[in-house]
Amino acid sequence: MKSLAELEAIRKATLSRINLRKEEKGETTRVVIGMATCGIAAGARPVMLAFMDEIEKRKLNHVTVSQTGCIGMCRLEPMVDVILPGKEKVTYVHVKPEMVPRIVAEHVVNGRPVEEYTIGAAEKN
Amino acid sequence: MRDLSLHLLDLVQNSITAGASLITIRLSLEESGMLTMTLEDNGKGMSPELLERVTSPFATTRTTRKVGLGIPMMKENAEKAGGSFTLESEEGKGTVLTATMDTRNIDCLPLGDLPSTMASIIMGSPDNPEFSLRCSSPGGEMSFSTEEIRPLLEGVSLAEPSVVQWIRESLDEEIQPILGGIMK
Repeated sequence: MKSLAELEAIRKATLSRINLRKEEKGETTRVVIGMATCGIAAGARPVMLAFMDEIEKRKLNHVTVSQTGCIGMCRLEPMVDVILPGKEKVTYVHVKPEMVPRIVAEHVVNGRPVEEYTIGAAEKN
Repeated sequence: MRDLSLHLLDLVQNSITAGASLITIRLSLEESGMLTMTLEDNGKGMSPELLERVTSPFATTRTTRKVGLGIPMMKENAEKAGGSFTLESEEGKGTVLTATMDTRNIDCLPLGDLPSTMASIIMGSPDNPEFSLRCSSPGGEMSFSTEEIRPLLEGVSLAEPSVVQWIRESLDEEIQPILGGIMK
């Protein structure tokens, strides 16, 4: 197994990030990924890991990634909700890992949803 | 599903929904190429009536829709690959799901990215239940448990991206020599 000393170093570094997050409380951005049978079969796992990687790479302390079940629109999976503090939920559909860096850069970081990936754009087609 | 680890990711949700506090996944590959995949939980279990119809795609405990495809798809893929599928469950005690597959069968799905699957499972339910993974093959054996690493983290969540990444890399290092041959 990778060294437990490494895990200890990760713990220490993460604790300082958690403390920073607590100071900025109320400002958490949530990324929620559909991980029911339909979502998993459509490719939700690599999408979720792509969000985790991007958030870790950019050290975005204020962002949490979580999972949810099936919301009944299986044909649009993988689906991802991005909820910025004080803003309405934006739902992305047919999400692929290669779309994640753009969603994080434009929406999570800069607050501008990527319109062409949203459910609204998909339903127009 | 594209691989067996995705089946695990999906089926584990049933154990979590059943209120399990410990979920154990075992993968055992024999010299002959037969793979046995076991998912065991100590959740609320199923009644004999539910157990009898649970492999039907039209059986589900959900109330929002009338289909449940996770278990029937696993059964189909196991049987298609020259294997078998069994479910044992007792109310109040838990459930054991066992699927066997011949990895040399052309219809057998690859195991897929098991380390990422485990990381995804743990990330989705970081506080409870505890997860345990045991893999064995002629190439060796390994075991991993969230119960072992949780005390070392002293309150830092298992869902923290840096911890998830450590779990993924750590498992990859350990699983590759044992089951690497059937992952792709």
